[in-house]
Amino acid sequence: MAVKTPIYFDNHATTRCDPRVVEAMVPYLLEDFGNAASRNHAFGWAAEKGVDQARESIAKVIGATAKEIIFTSGATESNNLAIKGVAEMYREKGNHIITMVIEHKAVLDTCKRLEKQGYNVTYLPVQRDGRLDLAELEAAITPKTILISIMAANNEIGVIQDMEAIGKIAKKHKILFHTDAVQAFGKIPVDVNQWGVDLLSATAHKIYGPKGVGALYVRRRNPRVSLACQMDGGGHERGMRSGTLNVPGIVGFGKAAEIALAEMSSEGERLRKLRDRLNAGLFAKLDELYINGSMEHRLPNNLNISFAYVEGESLLMGINDIAVSSGSACTSATLEPSYVLKALGVGEDLAHTSIRFGLGRFNTEEEVDYVIDRMVETVVRLRDLSPLYEMAKEGVDLSKMEWVTH
Amino acid sequence: MSYSDKVIDHYSNPRNVGTLDKKDPNVGTGLVGAPECGDVMRLQLKINPETQIIEEAKFKTFGCGSAIASSSLATEWIKGRTVSDALAIKNTDIVRELALPPVKIHCSVLAEDAIKAAITDWKQRHTEAVLAPAETAKA
Repeated sequence: MAVKTPIYFDNHATTRCDPRVVEAMVPYLLEDFGNAASRNHAFGWAAEKGVDQARESIAKVIGATAKEIIFTSGATESNNLAIKGVAEMYREKGNHIITMVIEHKAVLDTCKRLEKQGYNVTYLPVQRDGRLDLAELEAAITPKTILISIMAANNEIGVIQDMEAIGKIAKKHKILFHTDAVQAFGKIPVDVNQWGVDLLSATAHKIYGPKGVGALYVRRRNPRVSLACQMDGGGHERGMRSGTLNVPGIVGFGKAAEIALAEMSSEGERLRKLRDRLNAGLFAKLDELYINGSMEHRLPNNLNISFAYVEGESLLMGINDIAVSSGSACTSATLEPSYVLKALGVGEDLAHTSIRFGLGRFNTEEEVDYVIDRMVETVVRLRDLSPLYEMAKEGVDLSKMEWVTH
Repeated sequence: MSYSDKVIDHYSNPRNVGTLDKKDPNVGTGLVGAPECGDVMRLQLKINPETQIIEEAKFKTFGCGSAIASSSLATEWIKGRTVSDALAIKNTDIVRELALPPVKIHCSVLAEDAIKAAITDWKQRHTEAVLAPAETAKA
């Protein structure tokens, strides 16, 4: 059977809306268009009902209560609100924040801004497999530490942190624990109480919902977390985030969360099989492939491989009917290879050759087989063109060469 | 990023890919760039010492599509030309021909560097090959 191209294997970047999500949203764009804050007429009530139901569905995915969900414009805002909100609110208590070098920029750059405002931030390194060394985390804690922010699953390598253990350390030292759970939410079991998480960021568009809507879980008891709001206005969302609610987006997010929870185990299993098929297919036909990050502690839909001696952008150019992303510098705006891979200790030469595959709900086995064939054919062609592959095959130790850098 | 048709053409059908015998005294090899930087070009030229004409040009490149296209184009341009003509090629000529965007200018610089490095290597090796017997004769 011929597959339909282009093929989308970039589901860590964003996902296609599930038709069931779109269907749930449409009435809230048309007849139920009201402002959820309008308390005195039916239009407002209808909108509010939709929002309440969504809040319930989203809370259920993470074992929280509906009142603990704050709606935002997306996970970037959720991360900003959580970190800046805690930093400002708990300034009297301390000014130290602990995070990790492989966090998303929405966390890292928020922390960098706080540093300019007099906060101290520890950016913990990760181990070769992409996981945090828990002893290092505990050693970094000071009496001034007010927040630990560690992502649940990484967006490039899909590596899942030991959330329960991190939560225990945070609790032991009475420090608030925030997690950017964008990639984990709705994909793997998440329980804020089991994990000991006080704040959690999520977004709709990674779980087949619409773009432009996110959520922040803010714990209400044991302990009750307060946040200094970062957006002033009408005092929506328990005063933590002003602004008219994006009702259709929120309803879509709710529906997406409901589906994700109901189908989590079957879909996770299906994606894991597809991912393993992709991995096995590539390894069967190509040599010198290197998996980046732990395979054991990893999202079922993620695969990140370095195709040694083939530069990532040229590889993407060769498979232009397949949407994936690369850690190569040439594909980023900064002209630096992936900082995540660098943090794992992956050499820059290999970082330039990495490809991230993100499988999703709408991918099929036929697509996986097509991608394997296209990848193999392109890698073989580009290796024939690569002086490095030729030299490596001749036994030249490339790491000992003196390169003329420019 | 969108590529120009010429970049796509050279990327899809690269000209003069291959390897020349680097032990041949008439072959000069230029290896520029670094794996850490994401591009390495190897350009090899076989030059006739009598006529100074570049009879063969072969390349292999590790790098983005623009780097591959720049080196492919360079081999096409210098094959059959004299050494001095080849040295006159500027990276800006490559930028213009391939319509490279500003972020890809370094690819053209690398190609120009590769031409110069290959010719320098040839000159050095050729001089050594010519001088070596002469010095033996003197002794």
